Amino acid sequence: MRYEPLLERMPTTRMPAFTDREAAFGLERPSYAAEAPFKIHGGCGLTGICDESGALMSGEVAIRAMAVQRDRGNGLGGGYAGYGIYPELPDHFCFHMMYHDTRAKEDAEAVFDSYFQVDLAEPMPIRRVKGIADAPILWRYFLEPDPHKLEDSDMSAEDFVVHAVMLINSTIEGAFVASSGKNMGAFKGVGFPEEIGHYYLLEEYEGHTWVGHNRFPTNTPGWWGGAHPFTLLDWSIVHNGEISSYGINSRYLEQFGYKCTLGTDTEVAAYLFDLMLRRHKLPIELACKALASPLWSEIDRMPEDEQALMRSLRAVYGPGMLNGPFAIVLGFNGGMVALNDRIKLRPLVAARQGSIVMVASEESAIREVLENPDIVWAPKAGEPVIARIEGFEQPIHGGLHLPAEEVSCAVTGTAEVCETVGVS
Amino acid sequence: MAVTSETRKPLEGYVQADPEVTIDGNVATIDARGIYYKQLNEAVRRCLAEGVDKVVLQDVNGQRYIGTGIRGADKHIEVFGTAGQDMAMFMDGPTVEVFGNAQDGVGNTMNAGKVIVHGDAGDVLGYGMRGGTLLVRGDVGYRVGIHMKAYEGHVPVMVCGGKARDFFGEYMAGGTLVLLGMGSNSDRPLVGGYLGTGMHGGVIYLRGEVEPWQCGKEVGIFEADEDDLARLRPVLEEYCEAFGVELAEVLSVPFTKLLPTSHRPYGKLYTYV
Repeated sequence: MRYEPLLERMPTTRMPAFTDREAAFGLERPSYAAEAPFKIHGGCGLTGICDESGALMSGEVAIRAMAVQRDRGNGLGGGYAGYGIYPELPDHFCFHMMYHDTRAKEDAEAVFDSYFQVDLAEPMPIRRVKGIADAPILWRYFLEPDPHKLEDSDMSAEDFVVHAVMLINSTIEGAFVASSGKNMGAFKGVGFPEEIGHYYLLEEYEGHTWVGHNRFPTNTPGWWGGAHPFTLLDWSIVHNGEISSYGINSRYLEQFGYKCTLGTDTEVAAYLFDLMLRRHKLPIELACKALASPLWSEIDRMPEDEQALMRSLRAVYGPGMLNGPFAIVLGFNGGMVALNDRIKLRPLVAARQGSIVMVASEESAIREVLENPDIVWAPKAGEPVIARIEGFEQPIHGGLHLPAEEVSCAVTGTAEVCETVGVS
Repeated sequence: MAVTSETRKPLEGYVQADPEVTIDGNVATIDARGIYYKQLNEAVRRCLAEGVDKVVLQDVNGQRYIGTGIRGADKHIEVFGTAGQDMAMFMDGPTVEVFGNAQDGVGNTMNAGKVIVHGDAGDVLGYGMRGGTLLVRGDVGYRVGIHMKAYEGHVPVMVCGGKARDFFGEYMAGGTLVLLGMGSNSDRPLVGGYLGTGMHGGVIYLRGEVEPWQCGKEVGIFEADEDDLARLRPVLEEYCEAFGVELAEVLSVPFTKLLPTSHRPYGKLYTYV
């Protein structure tokens, strides 16, 4: 089955909250999206922690890991994603929403009402925190695709949700989907990460995997929707660095129906992982090699079969390669992946303590959280650190040494295999 | 659950407060736990200004700029825990000893003095270092010794006891950079690629061998001879003394020497004739 362009299937309910006249007065972007009036170059800070046994940890561990890395950011963005946090409704897609005004909320809710069955809708629980201002209206929705609409659409439930996210983010002014996965959620905004964590009462959630971010915006605005993590379905990405290949990556993603609307380079990494891991079913290790491809000179020194795999990977996913300096952490219900650019232009430290795998920009974050790590190491550039939740049915698995015919059709170009992996 | 959670509130990483200082004779001990780097470093400077010779920092975790810009050859700082970014930056004379790991940027533009790290050290170690001695027992990260330089009597020396990643000695302009590959737990190669890329001064000594592909175009690979070992000897003795390592073991493997082939490798890069 071919993948149809997104929006043709779903009529939009576009009702811009801002008119052209308002735009002419410089009001085209919601006030909380206001660009930071100054630009300082610095680093961001990040962390990821995953208990592979599936045991739950309070969100407080993520706050503490980020708090010691406070000076890596400047208060213009902090955020987290937690997994396993909604055990009461684990099979519902949970939309964490940000609205500039009630009109944006009504518009987005019209989309939910048309295409989903909403089983629970409520304001995000928050507490007032000094330093957090200009917050948007924050709501969350536990929902499932309307069975008839889903059947009509000929899509998987996940693709249906992706369409809805793209629809809301690209057509409803002032409404942004912060997260849209099952049994997970993103909690983010403008502020220092420990303030944001406190604001969202993060310590009251328990998850098996957490990612956290402290932002120091350099090239794009510091605004609530632009804080990390960036998410799609249950994928969440936190990122330190710059994706200089944003232009080619976003054009490539558009061919697959993704719309880059959040004004921040990191967004492409979330969509690329969705494309490669969920839709093309690449093993995690291969997807990481596509994003942080080995240099041609390195490929020349590899064993012959690995050379062939790497060459075809670079050929097929060339426009998906991330260029520029980065350290990223990907969170998902099955675990966590941390990855550096190929020449380690951003810091990343990893540790293991029993079943817990943790990564951070600085070792101090690891020492703050883990009492007695078995091992602390600095991962090699371009080589992922992977944590996998035990017993989680991995739609994505395997290593770099799978037989070529078992690797996705996208890499091998074999039509037969293409049928079996079912690129939808 | 194996995760510590005794500190419920405040959820601050560091508290902006003066640390507890205990002075005993000419040794000051500071409890650094949870203290913001600004107040911590102010306390260190205060102790040194009051005539203390040695400052011991307990429970350090990630505080930045320890020993940055301090002077005086007879001053000592001991760090217990994980030292934060830019430790001993611009330092001019004192000795800083870390019992633990050090994060990135240790010895940045250091002028004189000595840094001893008993654990691992991170990336850009000794960046632009222009004097003094830097000794690390364990592994080091990427871009170690980048743009080290020397001027007249100021010749920086760095010895890394473990293994190093890519860009070791990148753009090196002077000084001596030594890599031993001994104190490492990992089975990775002695050093990554792009070794000495853009190097145009100084010398790199490696205990063991490297492949030509690992090296930048700007360096030549040589066997270390008698003269080299004679030059290296006092440096290695200092390393052995700091970490209690046998010199015979260090010398049991032949050394490789890397020298720049040009003093101006990029002299014609932007020149059109």
